[in-house]
Amino acid sequence: MVPLSYYLVLSAILFACGVAGFLIKRNIITIFLSIELMLNGVNLSFVAFAAQLKSLDGHIFVFFVMVVAAAEAAVGLAIIISVFRTRETLNVDRVNLLKL
Amino acid sequence: MLPLILFFIFAALCVGGAINLLVQKHPINSALSLIVVMGSLALIYLLLGAEFVAAVQVIVYAGAVMVLFVFVIMLLNAGVEERTEHASRVAMVLGVPGLIIGLSLAVWVVSHLAGLDCIAIGGPMVMNGSDVFGNPQAIGHLLFRNFLLPFEVTSILILIAIMGAVVLARREE
Repeated sequence: MVPLSYYLVLSAILFACGVAGFLIKRNIITIFLSIELMLNGVNLSFVAFAAQLKSLDGHIFVFFVMVVAAAEAAVGLAIIISVFRTRETLNVDRVNLLKL
Repeated sequence: MLPLILFFIFAALCVGGAINLLVQKHPINSALSLIVVMGSLALIYLLLGAEFVAAVQVIVYAGAVMVLFVFVIMLLNAGVEERTEHASRVAMVLGVPGLIIGLSLAVWVVSHLAGLDCIAIGGPMVMNGSDVFGNPQAIGHLLFRNFLLPFEVTSILILIAIMGAVVLARREE
């Protein structure tokens, strides 16, 4: 038996690491990886609550979160490639204008 | 007892991978430590009885999405993260309090939710008398009955994302 709170604490730690990485890191790819870490932390609390409440709805939500994450990764990495082509850098501090 | 030990092993792997993601300077090391986090999360999902989610976590997340990341990192030949003097100090000033607030929220959750019921794990979770909780059959039943419209909208979303990625990454003539 593992208490629900342990899962929630692990989820909160993963989410906090994702937030910290998003704010501290300067490389655009690492920032993107931090977003994926935050999504994983949220997925863990969805699955933990699904097991606690004996309901499968949480698993369906996780499925949709994964779909959105996959779509986001495809589009985001395409944007990163196109930014790198025009700026020749991955540092977000040098990418401070939206126009090309 | 065994589920608790397994949980602590994989939770330690998860937290170690997440912290390694923050510490590493090279993006490829960060990506590989994120794969460690995702793999151990899949095992924690198995502890929770979510077989389908664990399989999808390994196939879609650790497989497809992270391979895409690693491909892009290698394609762009991303080197060690460069530091910008002024801006990184501002990010530190904001990021460290963010981490502290998140961790104190975790402590709050511990102190307030410790009295909640324990999750029964370590055995098959019986649902409606016959089905094992969280197996692909039950998920498919739910997905194609109750959530059919969101599921179909999802396929359109994926199609649009593929077209968007192709258009955005195209080399302009």
